[in-house]
Amino acid sequence: MLLGIDVGGTHTDSVLLQDRTIVAKAKVATDTADILGSVLRATCAVADVERLKRVERIVLSTTVLTNAVAQDQLDRVGLVVMNGPGVAPADLPLAGETTIVAGYMNHRGIEAEAPDEPELNALADAFARDGIGHVAIVGKFSSRNPLHELCAAKIFVARARHVSLGHQLSGQLNFPRRIATAYLNEALWSLHARFVEQLAGYLAEIGIDVPLYILKADGGTIEVARSRDCPVQTILSGPAASIMGVLPLVPTDVDCVSIDIGGTTTDIALFAHGAPLLQPQGADIGGHRTLVRGLLTRSMALGGDSQVRVIDRRLVIGPERQGSAMAFGGPCPTPTDALIASGRADFGDKAKAAQAMADLARDLGRTPEETATAVVAQACDHIADHVRGMVAEVNAKPVYTIHELLEGRVIAPKRLIAVGGPAPCMADEIGVRLGMPALVPPNHDVANACGAAMARTTVELNLVADTEAKIMSIAELGERVKIPKRFTDEDVIAAGRERLLRIAREAGAREEDLAVEVTDRQSFNVVRGQFNSGRNIRVRVQIKPGLTHAGTGPSEVRP
Amino acid sequence: MTRKTGLVFFPAYDYAISPTHPEREERLLYTQDQVLEEGLFDFDNIREFKPGIATPEDICRVHFCVPDLDTVAHASHLIAAGGCLTAADKVMSGEVDNAFALVRPPGHHSFRVVHGSRGFCTLNIEAVMVEYIRHKYGVRRIAIVDTDCHHGDGSQDIFWHDPDVLFISLHQDGRTLYPGSGFVDELGGPNAFGATINLPLPPGTGEQGFLYVLDDIVMPIVEAWKPDLVVNSAGQDNHYSDPITQMAFTAHGYAELNRRLAPDICVLEGGYSIQTALPYVNTGIILAMAGLDIAHVREPDYDAFDHRQPGEITDYLRRLKEAVFEQWHARSTLKRRFYPDGEFHTRSKDIFYDTDGLREHQRETVRICPDCGGTIVTDSRCDDTGNRILGITIPFHACDACRHHGEHQYEAAPSGRNLHVILQDKDRDRYLVRT
Ligand SMILES: [Zn+2]
Ligand SMILES: [Zn+2]
Repeated sequence: MLLGIDVGGTHTDSVLLQDRTIVAKAKVATDTADILGSVLRATCAVADVERLKRVERIVLSTTVLTNAVAQDQLDRVGLVVMNGPGVAPADLPLAGETTIVAGYMNHRGIEAEAPDEPELNALADAFARDGIGHVAIVGKFSSRNPLHELCAAKIFVARARHVSLGHQLSGQLNFPRRIATAYLNEALWSLHARFVEQLAGYLAEIGIDVPLYILKADGGTIEVARSRDCPVQTILSGPAASIMGVLPLVPTDVDCVSIDIGGTTTDIALFAHGAPLLQPQGADIGGHRTLVRGLLTRSMALGGDSQVRVIDRRLVIGPERQGSAMAFGGPCPTPTDALIASGRADFGDKAKAAQAMADLARDLGRTPEETATAVVAQACDHIADHVRGMVAEVNAKPVYTIHELLEGRVIAPKRLIAVGGPAPCMADEIGVRLGMPALVPPNHDVANACGAAMARTTVELNLVADTEAKIMSIAELGERVKIPKRFTDEDVIAAGRERLLRIAREAGAREEDLAVEVTDRQSFNVVRGQFNSGRNIRVRVQIKPGLTHAGTGPSEVRP
Repeated sequence: MTRKTGLVFFPAYDYAISPTHPEREERLLYTQDQVLEEGLFDFDNIREFKPGIATPEDICRVHFCVPDLDTVAHASHLIAAGGCLTAADKVMSGEVDNAFALVRPPGHHSFRVVHGSRGFCTLNIEAVMVEYIRHKYGVRRIAIVDTDCHHGDGSQDIFWHDPDVLFISLHQDGRTLYPGSGFVDELGGPNAFGATINLPLPPGTGEQGFLYVLDDIVMPIVEAWKPDLVVNSAGQDNHYSDPITQMAFTAHGYAELNRRLAPDICVLEGGYSIQTALPYVNTGIILAMAGLDIAHVREPDYDAFDHRQPGEITDYLRRLKEAVFEQWHARSTLKRRFYPDGEFHTRSKDIFYDTDGLREHQRETVRICPDCGGTIVTDSRCDDTGNRILGITIPFHACDACRHHGEHQYEAAPSGRNLHVILQDKDRDRYLVRT
């Protein structure tokens, strides 16, 4: 059995799954002042201690960190940046909080300028004097060679509470994003550590020794203890849970789109033959562009509670939300009222919903019935337009080879999956507009918690081998190893695979989920004069987001 | 002030002339690394676009491909040209303020007639773009400033007779470098005299020298000519680390040049120092186009002390300026001396295709015309392939006399098994082949 818990803004949901079937589910109110308490109440609502002891694993998706970012409850961070030449320091993110120091690597990971140790020592002293206990260190091209970050870490770590290093959080290139990522990681480190300690402490107290995981933005899980090093990866676990929640219904033979219609927004995600698409560069978190591997979503300001108005005799839906629907005591007409008034939905106060439409109808010069239908039609049009826009945007993403440009993969969704409150009443009409059948999963009200429960552990590694320099670097591990001159693409992949499996096991992956995928593989000549002096090989390997096989075996307990 | 900049980046990682050729697969690999690491695509005012693919019509507006397009060009050439067209569309539609087509393979050594590849070029990608812009958007006057280290002989050939295209090439002196042309007295054909300007620079010219030439020669001429659109044919082989040239230009200098020239569109041409120059030069050009701070653009190994300008270069450039303006101011008198009155002017060319090892013989006759660019009749043969064409080009905004002359030439010309007669009618955007 698997236990999934999703801490949302208003509700905390929990589900107990056996063979991907819901054995028990519950919804409790989220107390934003006491997230841990909310988690525990949601847990107790589906299982007693005896049953919990038989659970294979518990997976949590939480908004603790998301809220902290939104409300700016971030620790002060000493941000140490080795920029070198290039973009001006003033144009880097968080420029106001940055101290620029000497040292940088070039694009091949070769030292271009050494760090200045006395400068770093003096800065460490200054941080200690100012009571700055959190330090983030980021070097240019540190994902090609982490040496400078590691050298600096040695100096700061003695006097700081914790130090985050850019290269450990992502192996991708993008220095400004690396700065933002390391900064957020460090700014949230204490908060996350405290939460994790309390949670583990409580479970131990009641005698539960079940592996505990947390969901990352890429829809993969990580063991809670391991997540202490990388809180930034778990910030967007909520949206990831929602996407993972529809995955059991996503066909693997065609592309597919999912929409999550909420109160204020609708979130769109795409799946290529069953696999959710990832953000090409990294997730945006609270206005920061980061290198955090995240699932690709587009959010539009239209939901069941969006305000509907008539401006110049035309309907305008959103982007604001003034409150709930009038049918639920809210202050203004909403799409939910239109769904109720037109008979598509059967809940709430029908008279108030009808009144909402009558108000709009007067300004519009049409009947209330026509108005209700027009609101729903316009909302569906709008969502369908956004879906088409997102697909076009994904397919317009630049590619860098002739082969990909001429014969590249194009995403063409053939199914629509809709979740969220108004989903059952709107899915078909949106599907018709997109020319694809629509599906509303049963239990879509706890889809997020299901997604969390079923997600498998994910890991990504970026490797660059330079056979001229006889060095292979594995960015995320901060590793630089000697390789022979004859090292091939296959050797790099093998080395990546071996390390990936090791880390995945350490992060708590199950053997049956360890499918390694090579997502990028490029190999180039390194030419010196007229001669080929080696090869530059780039490989990215991952365990991709997907559903775990855990919890699908025979069970000793029956509900 | 920042500007909205479009970037069409297409490194064509699966195309090379040969594995160790300077124009090879990984030419833009380290540039991509640098641009990604600097986070340039994340700036709100910088947007990346996927290149389109140029159509045969786009190519035929410029070239006579012999025996045909499919034989001489590869998909990579159509994408490189297509990338330029995408850049042009984004600028012309107002989606961005300016754009940089960071594409390969390059094109500025390709002439109007194409029997094969020369100077690593097959299709003249910025000429294809210029004619596309004139055809699609009706832009009248375009200036091309070619800052590649090699003389842009292909672009010069294509626009030699065109009074609406100002072509200025800055390059290492032709006596010291391929293709061996581009001297100060090459000033354009009888109908476009003075619309071609060549600025041969001595080996060793660096940032100070380039910016002097830009400020004191290029800018005054461009400003006097009043173009509707400025294109930088942005080769990067003037860099001090380039393996096949002898200049001393810098990444910061390239950035500063583009800041001052403020081209509407940049097109990458040459540049073969793929690790030590291109990553920094391209970062600099992109920052400059986007109006961002370029003060920190610098190569890791740059040393200002090594880059002081020798006195003889300063003297040479001052004399160059005098020579150029002496001609520029006397261009009407000079024109009568170069092109005495007559109905036609004919020139003969022997063109060597170094990349493919072919030799072409060409006779080009232009109708001398005060009212338009003049119809051009090009008789071209390549003995190595046995191909021969007679190409008739009717220019944009052709006058009636030139149109009649062109159409008559096309109809009257004898064609045979080994002679294709082609009408390239730029004004009516048609390309007819009679075999
Ligand atoms: Zn060149
Ligand atoms: Zn004429």
